[in-house]
Amino acid sequence: MRNEIRFSGFGGQGIILSAVILGRAAVMYDNKFAVQTQVYGPEARGGASMSQVVIDDDQILYPKVAVPDIYVIMSQEGFEKYGASAQVSAVMLIDSTLVHSRPKCRCIEIPATGQAKASLKVIVANIVMLGALVAATHVVSEESLKKAILDSVPKGTEDLNLKAMQLGLELGKQS
Amino acid sequence: MTRIEFWQGNIACAEGALAAGCTFFGGYPITPSTEVAEHMAAKLPKRGGAFIQMEDEIAGIASIIGASWTGARAMTATSGPGFSLMMENIGFAIMTETPCVVVNVQRGGPSTGQPTMSAQGDMLQVRFGSHGDIAIIALCPATVQEMFELTVKAFNLADKYRVPVFLMADETIGHMREKIIVPDTVERVERKPFVAGTPAFRVTDPDNIPGFPAFGTGQHVHVTGLTHDERGYPCATNPNLHMALVKRLVDKIENARDEMADYDVINPDAGQVFVAYGAPVRTVMQVMHDKKDTNIGFLRIRTVWPFPEKALAEFKNAKRFIIPEMNLGQISREIERHVCVPVRSIPKLGGELHTPEELVAVLEEKA
Repeated sequence: MRNEIRFSGFGGQGIILSAVILGRAAVMYDNKFAVQTQVYGPEARGGASMSQVVIDDDQILYPKVAVPDIYVIMSQEGFEKYGASAQVSAVMLIDSTLVHSRPKCRCIEIPATGQAKASLKVIVANIVMLGALVAATHVVSEESLKKAILDSVPKGTEDLNLKAMQLGLELGKQS
Repeated sequence: MTRIEFWQGNIACAEGALAAGCTFFGGYPITPSTEVAEHMAAKLPKRGGAFIQMEDEIAGIASIIGASWTGARAMTATSGPGFSLMMENIGFAIMTETPCVVVNVQRGGPSTGQPTMSAQGDMLQVRFGSHGDIAIIALCPATVQEMFELTVKAFNLADKYRVPVFLMADETIGHMREKIIVPDTVERVERKPFVAGTPAFRVTDPDNIPGFPAFGTGQHVHVTGLTHDERGYPCATNPNLHMALVKRLVDKIENARDEMADYDVINPDAGQVFVAYGAPVRTVMQVMHDKKDTNIGFLRIRTVWPFPEKALAEFKNAKRFIIPEMNLGQISREIERHVCVPVRSIPKLGGELHTPEELVAVLEEKA
């Protein structure tokens, strides 16, 4: 089973980190294979940022994402540049606080930035989206996601990030 | 013991260097190799090593040549524009038989070109870019695992053969993160010991490699890029001496090509045979996996220089060799020199890896 996941948003939201955490969860704790790649262009700073993860039960040969089957979109510009062309069979999680367009594929609306701002901190909106992604698609297990988040976030922010993950899991399960 | 990590290729390269006992890094950061320098800067001082950000790449390679003469394992990392600047001192390292490791995470050229995009455009430059008749060793990783393993190997080959060894990576492998199994310890090959009191560059073994008299061990060593006698003293007008020296420097590498050869032969009876190194290996492996056709062969090369020409002869039924490269066919030309059947280059510029569809289209084209 091969999943190809694309994350997009604007520079500073933690789009790249989200992809790294997801890949790490798959490799380190789910005993799967993963490859994470990202767009390194200067537009990544402030403009639309994009990162992709391939997760597979078997060794990954071709490392690039051809046609993503799962999208996590956190900005309008990110949607237009990296989400609008999604194939109909894909699943797209959208930060509905920030993205007003909707794709042709199945769309899961997660008010991640709004809810993070209201009850946690806006900086963890990406972790809310990760929680929702895992609840909705099960590309990695919840336990593996939790461990990978704890590996990756700065010391002193563990509780905040785990609350964000929990919020995302709940929002994802409701959807 | 081993452990699993989810590392970027450039981090795996730096960790490979640390595992190999590298204690000196001198260089100048450049995309897409910067993470190698960053990681070495973070780690080396804590291990008693030294990291120096030099004023440019010329000084970067000069610093590792100096460090190497103290006996240290020394490395630099760069990309195309910095690599061009290093050419003169690469020749100096070859002429002075200085072991060192140069990592080139290739990006689109010429000139500053495409800093963030992938390429394999420096494969002939590494072989022929420095002036005079030279021989070097160049390794090409296709996985994050190989970024680690081939960096370790590069240090061992550099010390064994007393020559600069190049890890010719590309942005694709340097920047992607994937699963890697990290060993606790790695093999280490030491420099040939020096016999005290003998001339510094005297060669007594058929392998053409002299013992290494590290600075600070009590030997009086003169190190020069000028043609030198076995004491290391300049002697730049004796035709026979120059011929013998340059021939020895080339022979010590070229004569060991079988020993250094590192490649995989898949489906040796095939009629159509892919040859690849670096990132395009991944696309070929995908095509091999999807097609499951024993009439498609694959020569996967890790040691590109010296070129393992004997590997081509293992495909006895080959009717055509197909070479996907992220350049305009640099290694295809080398392959054309060694085979009598058609060589089909699949050049690709622009910074993106060949897709499986692009390779399949070539497989299916009419002869």
